[in-house]
Amino acid sequence: MPLAEPPLLEAHGLERRFGPSAVLRGLDLSVHPGEILLVLGENGSGKTTLLRLLAGLLRPSRGHVTLEGHRLNPANVALRRRVGLLSHQSHMYDELSLRENLEFAGRLYGLSDPSTSATRAIAGAGLEQRADDRLGRLSRGMLQRAAIARAFIHEPRVMLLDEPFTALDAPSADRVRAWLTRRATGQSAIIMVTHQPAQVWDLATHVGVIAAGRWAMVEPRPSGFEAFERRYREAIRV
Amino acid sequence: MTSAIPGQSTIRRGLWLIVLSLIALAGIYVLALQHTPIEARQGLAQKIFYLHVPAAWSALLSFGLVGIVSVLYLWLQDPRLDLFAASSVEVGLVFSMVMLTTGPIWAKPIWGTWWTWDPRLTLTLLLFFIFVGYLSLRAALSDRSERARFSAVIGIMGLLLVPFIHLSVYLFRTMHPTPIVLKPSAPSLPPVMLRTVLLSFGVATLLYIAFVMVRYGMAIGQYTREEADDAT
Amino acid sequence: MSDSAGKGAMTEVDEPYFGAILAIAAKDLRLEFRGKTGLLSAVMFAALVLIIFNFSRDATLVSNVDLAPSVLWVTFAFGSVVTLNRAFHLERENAAFDGLRLAPVSRSGIYLGKFLANLVFALLVEAVTVPLFILFFDVDMSRSWPGIAGVAALATIGFVGVGTVFSAMVVRTRFAELMLPVLLLPFMVPPLIGATQATTRLLAGRPLSELWGWLRLLALYDIVFVTLCALTFWAVVDE
Repeated sequence: MPLAEPPLLEAHGLERRFGPSAVLRGLDLSVHPGEILLVLGENGSGKTTLLRLLAGLLRPSRGHVTLEGHRLNPANVALRRRVGLLSHQSHMYDELSLRENLEFAGRLYGLSDPSTSATRAIAGAGLEQRADDRLGRLSRGMLQRAAIARAFIHEPRVMLLDEPFTALDAPSADRVRAWLTRRATGQSAIIMVTHQPAQVWDLATHVGVIAAGRWAMVEPRPSGFEAFERRYREAIRV
Repeated sequence: MTSAIPGQSTIRRGLWLIVLSLIALAGIYVLALQHTPIEARQGLAQKIFYLHVPAAWSALLSFGLVGIVSVLYLWLQDPRLDLFAASSVEVGLVFSMVMLTTGPIWAKPIWGTWWTWDPRLTLTLLLFFIFVGYLSLRAALSDRSERARFSAVIGIMGLLLVPFIHLSVYLFRTMHPTPIVLKPSAPSLPPVMLRTVLLSFGVATLLYIAFVMVRYGMAIGQYTREEADDAT
Repeated sequence: MSDSAGKGAMTEVDEPYFGAILAIAAKDLRLEFRGKTGLLSAVMFAALVLIIFNFSRDATLVSNVDLAPSVLWVTFAFGSVVTLNRAFHLERENAAFDGLRLAPVSRSGIYLGKFLANLVFALLVEAVTVPLFILFFDVDMSRSWPGIAGVAALATIGFVGVGTVFSAMVVRTRFAELMLPVLLLPFMVPPLIGATQATTRLLAGRPLSELWGWLRLLALYDIVFVTLCALTFWAVVDE
């Protein structure tokens, strides 16, 4: 879906090593407003590392990331406001309530009115009933919705999600999918790592497969999932 | 001609330099024992001065270099700088141990006590512990980049600590005059003693360079081997 | 959910430096007070150190007044060390520290937030320890206590300033509780000397002029090291 607008997020020659092993071996990326990219691949292929690099949590061993035209580097801290990451962990404190966690996050992101933003995020996640309970008391599904609220409380244009559907029961997965549908506006770009592409197949605009630290394939999302699945298995077998 | 294994030539040259330095060290001993006068009040024990003071110098030299190289590492992120710093710490640790053991050996016959909280001894003692802490932390960290960065921070902070230790311990001591009659080093030395001391400073510096070369060469070799494994 | 995604981001103020520092410190303190065990354990530890000091001396040979400053400062020093590791330990749950690193907060800001929380915590423990100290060692601080409070603040800033960085480094190592003192204690020597000397003089009712040198030493140490730590904290935090 070629768009006239410049890419929101780009990566050029991304490489990342952890001590002895090279997890990403040269990866390019270009995501435009309105695009939703699904990233697939086996465990250990580098999907999580890719997201962490794009969010600025990791520094690339080589290559760089560009966010809304600006290069992501440790000195340019303010740039982090434009991206949000939902990772496997919630980044929240179990002893605080959801509301307290969200207000804290709001202050970290320099939001002008953290408590209003928190209330709005709580409403968006449908967690008004439990907003003032200790976070540690929430169920898995609620926790995931809470984590999503926390990750994107600053309403960034670039949203990175690392396996948002893991261990969610059907109703919770539905809620997350509904949230995604609402957030998938023409203004934002979403990159989602998932092991269950079928769940969000219709939402996605593009699909990419990482194998051994590189793209095995990247293309606009084909309409038929089954056909794609066959090619996917071929791609990762290489 | 560069050898196939990086670091090998550095090790070789370092080993040669060690041999040379040890010969020079032996020469210093001869000078110290035979050709310098026996100090009037301290007697034969004073001869250890020629070993003690240069060892302290080398310890301080290594510490200073670690601090500077640490700053460079944080700026340039070159892993070789980190390897050099770590090698320097190990060598400095050995020199400070020499200083800390020769100190009491010297002190006992002269002052009647094994240890005094003399500012220089105290400083070296604390340097010794910072060295040990530096190496312990390195041993506890497996990620190379993390290890290098953390070591660099300790190196810089350690270097900045030195003036504060010096100042505070000195002030501390002047508040507590100790019943010591003799000072460890006389303000003016006869020329032959001065010459010997300066020569031993030179030898200590050479030894420092030599040991660091060997250690650094070993470290580079190991690092390159690990990198080669990565490429597979 | 509004579709102003991104537009809100543009109208915010620049990097929320001081706000973030205070937010981090406040969050830490809130967590600590909610848990309570941390504060209580630290105070118990300090009290026990005082008690052990009492039993480890012969009161007929050494007077309280002579020993008091050392006892107080050894207690404060070890008390500070013991409280430091919790700051980064609590960030390990749910990878909360990644949440801090993701935010548009500079690394020096994260350091200062943690430092502030550690400082408040350590000062709190010291404040509770002092009455016990007066009680157990029968020390008269009626006139000197403001001065001693000031010295305590200065020295604790030094302990905690450096300790915050080191605790961040050791938090993931296996023997963090042991590594921290090994790294930190050499750095505590200058402020310890300054604090003990100043406290001795304060307890003896000496004039301020005799204290100046020590206070200057403490203040200089604090400025140099807190600045250095703030400037180098990125090396400890970035991956």
